[in-house]
Amino acid sequence: MKYIDEYRDAVSARRFARAIARIATREWTIMEVCGGQTHAIVKFGVDELLPPQITLLHGPGCPVCVTPIELIDKAAALGARSDVIFTSFGDMLRVPGTHSNLLEVKARGGDVRMVYSPLDALKIAQANPEKEVVFFAVGFETTAPANAMAVYQAAQLGVKNFSILVSHVLVPPAIEAILGSPDNRVNGFLAAGHVCAVVGYEEYYPLADKYRVPFVVTGFEPVDILQGIYMIVRQLESGRAEVENQYSRCVRREGNIPAQQITREVFEIVPRKWRGIGEIPYSGLGLREPYHTFDAERRFNLAGYAAEESGECISGEVLQGKLKPNQCPAFGTRCTPEHPLGATMVSSEGACAAYYRYRRLEVAHG
Amino acid sequence: MADFTLSCPVPRITDETVLMAHGSGGRAMHRLLEAIFMPAFANPALASAHDGAVLNMNGKQIAFSTDSYVVHPLFFPGGDIGTLAVNGTVNDLAMCGARPLFLSAGFILEEGLPVEQLERVVRSMQAAATAAGVQIVTGDTKVVDRGKGDGLFINTAGIGLIEHPIQIAPHSVRPGDAIIVNGDLGRHGMAIMAVREGLAFESLIESDCAPIAAPVLALLDAGIHVHCLRDLTRGGLASGLCEIAETAHVHIQIEEMDVPVSENVRGACEILGLDPMYVANEGRFIAFIPPDEVKQALATLGDQARCIGHVTSKDDHLVTLRSIIGATRIVDMLSGEQLPRIC
Repeated sequence: MKYIDEYRDAVSARRFARAIARIATREWTIMEVCGGQTHAIVKFGVDELLPPQITLLHGPGCPVCVTPIELIDKAAALGARSDVIFTSFGDMLRVPGTHSNLLEVKARGGDVRMVYSPLDALKIAQANPEKEVVFFAVGFETTAPANAMAVYQAAQLGVKNFSILVSHVLVPPAIEAILGSPDNRVNGFLAAGHVCAVVGYEEYYPLADKYRVPFVVTGFEPVDILQGIYMIVRQLESGRAEVENQYSRCVRREGNIPAQQITREVFEIVPRKWRGIGEIPYSGLGLREPYHTFDAERRFNLAGYAAEESGECISGEVLQGKLKPNQCPAFGTRCTPEHPLGATMVSSEGACAAYYRYRRLEVAHG
Repeated sequence: MADFTLSCPVPRITDETVLMAHGSGGRAMHRLLEAIFMPAFANPALASAHDGAVLNMNGKQIAFSTDSYVVHPLFFPGGDIGTLAVNGTVNDLAMCGARPLFLSAGFILEEGLPVEQLERVVRSMQAAATAAGVQIVTGDTKVVDRGKGDGLFINTAGIGLIEHPIQIAPHSVRPGDAIIVNGDLGRHGMAIMAVREGLAFESLIESDCAPIAAPVLALLDAGIHVHCLRDLTRGGLASGLCEIAETAHVHIQIEEMDVPVSENVRGACEILGLDPMYVANEGRFIAFIPPDEVKQALATLGDQARCIGHVTSKDDHLVTLRSIIGATRIVDMLSGEQLPRIC
């Protein structure tokens, strides 16, 4: 497949892996922030090709997994209402809330539908005027423009029975939260290519200067990721902390201006809670005042919902690379992939779930 | 055992209520079988955990199997519920190494179903039966209230004759066996997904729905010592391999590079964030055969067939995959449903 196979080429991948091994003179810890990159690393085994002096940390870049538990509970409550059609991207349907996930709500009779685009949810609203149609608007900067467009169109078309449950999060504030932590051990970041395709990478320059860490805007295929790591290590070894763009076939420095415009028209920056990390200031998007009427939390008066995450979960520390999953007393006992206490076990690519899997391998090879 | 798939988040399945995941051919369905059906119906034929039962009747080896069909929409590119209902059961019999002979057909019709649609389905059932060399010899029809069925459900059961002495079953699999697949993967699942409400996208993908008794019998007629067969329906290649690895207690290693997937299916999977290894097929099977018979088997099955890997040892019951960049990872059974991903 064109533009895919070239970046999954075993010869190129090994060439970059060898180049990284050649130039890395000491140990470096590199974080990939995007869940999509983590996914590719696990799927293709990119980390296996790296020399031992390079450690990859999986950052909090899976929007599914960082959605706070009370938002999932609110979604479940809406999905269970007989007057609501609740629509969502596929993978949000099985994120566990306090009591149930959306697939279980559907099994108990809720009208919960999977859609691929928020504009499809808007179409469902137009086709079902007697019902309230809610779309679960989650994701990073990548999904925000389309979600904004759905709300904008609903406003233009006068669709009164459409609203969104918003849990948008932003990447740079999360990176700054990690960098600002006193015991941060991340030396460099692979910046998420698709997020940068939308918002550009201007925001990383001040971060690179302030914290003296390199950023490389990186794509999602194995060769992209290995090249991104190579570029980071090359900077680290020469004492540089710059912003570079590995993913120039998709990303421009200024990003996608129309996408940014529609996002700014509908959303504003708000504080947002992250599952397993807590509240980060200026780290999310909420609907602007003129669009409050499309806010499902306001429309259905959901402000009172509060859900506490297990105090036992150390996923915040794990996400920041401070503790290993098996240092948690709940690991593998009270916290498993099927009954996760926090984000890093919810995500199959999360550090805790990955540890759980490796343990299985060790058991199997006894 | 941990559930691990490349899905995010890791599916959580409780067994208090039946969920869609219990019908997805993966881990949840297996738990249901093991907890509810196997203990209640316990007998040696059922215990072999095969696609159909192999029964000895008056010295004749008979294969017997049944399946129910609940596909939505009823008509899709490359087939309809009728072709599925015939080929599915024919293929289950073929996986026992049997020559399929006779089918039954039970219809559950929802009040309001246009008779024209029923006629189309029945016509394609007859066409599929003719193509597969079977006769539909008995049947049943029930009607349920509007809203209590999805237009049309079909159950078929079938019997076939086993005409060779080879024991085709998971317990015949041994280290060294080569694994061959008869064609490219993921067509059926992606053809259905392309026409599903809420996900509709333009595609040229047609279901691979087809009878596979003929290629299986061709392998046997060519003298290939087939140790085990598995059709790759729900749960796809990954689940089929995991089932055999677990039942036969063997380690299976496959090469991602050699797993055939068409450009269209790959493209659709890339867009939706799905793994073609887990996508359903309706005309594909894997065969476990002695390694020195691979060349002949591939020649028998035609140019779409590929050797995708080997049984390496009896040390564990894992399936591992060597990725296209040369790293190795575990392939696990589908856990929950495969859902399109955001990230």
